[in-house]
Amino acid sequence: MTTLDLSPAPGAAPLPKMVLAQAGAEVRATLRNGEQLLLTLIIPILLLVGFSKAPFLDVAGPRVDFVAPGVLALAVLSTAFTGQAIATGFERRYGVLKRLGATPLSRTGLMLAKTAAVIVVEVLQIVVLVLVALALGWSPHGNPLTVALLVVLGTAAFSGLGLLMAGTLRAEATLAGANLVYLLLLALGGVVLPVSAFPESIRPLLEILPITALTDGVRSVLTGVGGFPVGATLVLLSWAVLALAAAARWFRWE
Amino acid sequence: MEDAAVEVRDLVKRYGRVTAVDHLDLRCRRGEVTAVLGPNGAGKTSTIEICEGFRTADSGSVRVLGRAPDDPELKPRIGIMLQAGGVPQAARAGEWLRLVSRFHAHPLDPSALLDRLGLADHARTPYRRLSGGQQQRLGLAAAVIGRPELVFLDEPTAGLDPQARHACWDMVRELRAAGVSVVLTTHHMDEAEKLSDHVVIIDRGRVVAEGSPAELTGAERQLRFRARPGLNLDEVLSALPPGSAAKESPAGHYIIEGQVDPSLLATVTAWCATEGVTTEDLSIERRTLEDVFLELTGRELR
Repeated sequence: MTTLDLSPAPGAAPLPKMVLAQAGAEVRATLRNGEQLLLTLIIPILLLVGFSKAPFLDVAGPRVDFVAPGVLALAVLSTAFTGQAIATGFERRYGVLKRLGATPLSRTGLMLAKTAAVIVVEVLQIVVLVLVALALGWSPHGNPLTVALLVVLGTAAFSGLGLLMAGTLRAEATLAGANLVYLLLLALGGVVLPVSAFPESIRPLLEILPITALTDGVRSVLTGVGGFPVGATLVLLSWAVLALAAAARWFRWE
Repeated sequence: MEDAAVEVRDLVKRYGRVTAVDHLDLRCRRGEVTAVLGPNGAGKTSTIEICEGFRTADSGSVRVLGRAPDDPELKPRIGIMLQAGGVPQAARAGEWLRLVSRFHAHPLDPSALLDRLGLADHARTPYRRLSGGQQQRLGLAAAVIGRPELVFLDEPTAGLDPQARHACWDMVRELRAAGVSVVLTTHHMDEAEKLSDHVVIIDRGRVVAEGSPAELTGAERQLRFRARPGLNLDEVLSALPPGSAAKESPAGHYIIEGQVDPSLLATVTAWCATEGVTTEDLSIERRTLEDVFLELTGRELR
């Protein structure tokens, strides 16, 4: 039988090491989860290829130039909001958040790890989707740093909303709700259907959705039509502040 | 006092109108194994979870290793095993343990610990596919991997098969030998009797008795035997010294309590002879912790 030295030698690992370990575990869990991959990669790739090839859309210029930015925004939505909400909802339900709270990893450390994991998954999604889009003849324009800024703000806004949902609803309700919101925002937020396709009367409502701000902002930069997307940035910033504040206020760990 | 691993004074915890913990005092000495016993709903888990920092007290004072339970400094120093769960359903046993080990400065080797608890063959099994007993053992492993000074185990052997129970007991004994303080809750009297230095019996949110297992079971002995049902015990009682008691429970099982000495034994066997009763399984036993427990907390189901 193995001898173990059980004599006390307590001590916390350095914070960066703990955050890295937790983030690694979360990335692995996401990549291993079939349903998550469906939302984060397979659906965006199918939409990208389908709407670029098939003549459903009536847009100026190559269709892929319109579809690719929308699908990048969808990738951010799927990981920061849907995936994170569902995973965190079930972690809460199964007492994982409680158990982690009993380790030296602080709540701040856990949130840093979740953010890092979301960003790593997003980078992987963006690399895959950009390669597919380029293969479809996409020719992006604009400043990548502006796109990165919009993605970061979008990530903050969607993470706030996802955590708010996960921290207040039952896990099953979060599962259903997060998927429903994903579908609604995919349909309404200018991802593959231009917002101009909807009746005039509901457009102002659609335009203040975080997904619409993200798709419009990313699309205007990457198609090179506008300058810096001030409106989209402000909408995303507002959502990020409100959603993160609400999550911080109402998130329940158990 | 310095040598207390856990010091709880006048603790009160209410859930709505229900008082789960009612002015409870608890002291667990360092380097000892303390068992907290009590029926379901007695307030064991509430008390433990307040010590662990998961819940807050309504009033009273709680010090764990001399600190407030929510002090972040405590986290690396205590190891916690929840009653159930706490692990992502899809996480593999080995990965989960390795993850928890990475939160600590001087952890045990995760593979050696898995091996030790008989989980080596399941290192790659997702948590949800482990049996209940395997999940419990993984919880125990996660509680000790950081080499803590104090370990809280909430019903560590619930649902374990006998082999796994013994593995868990061995671990608790080794922890104690290594100088780790252990606080455990249990329903198993034999577990408390075998493992602990100090037993605290809680009922309705209060401590009803405490002491070492020997102190609690006391010097009092019982004479037990089996015979045909329906013997008239009044006759034998009248022959015994005052203060003795006799009962038949269940039918055909007799217990004589009192000053159990050779003369009492002689009186009882003489009475059996006059009655023409052949006894079986005649024995003199000390009260078990279970007897004490049932005496204190009652027999009715709740």
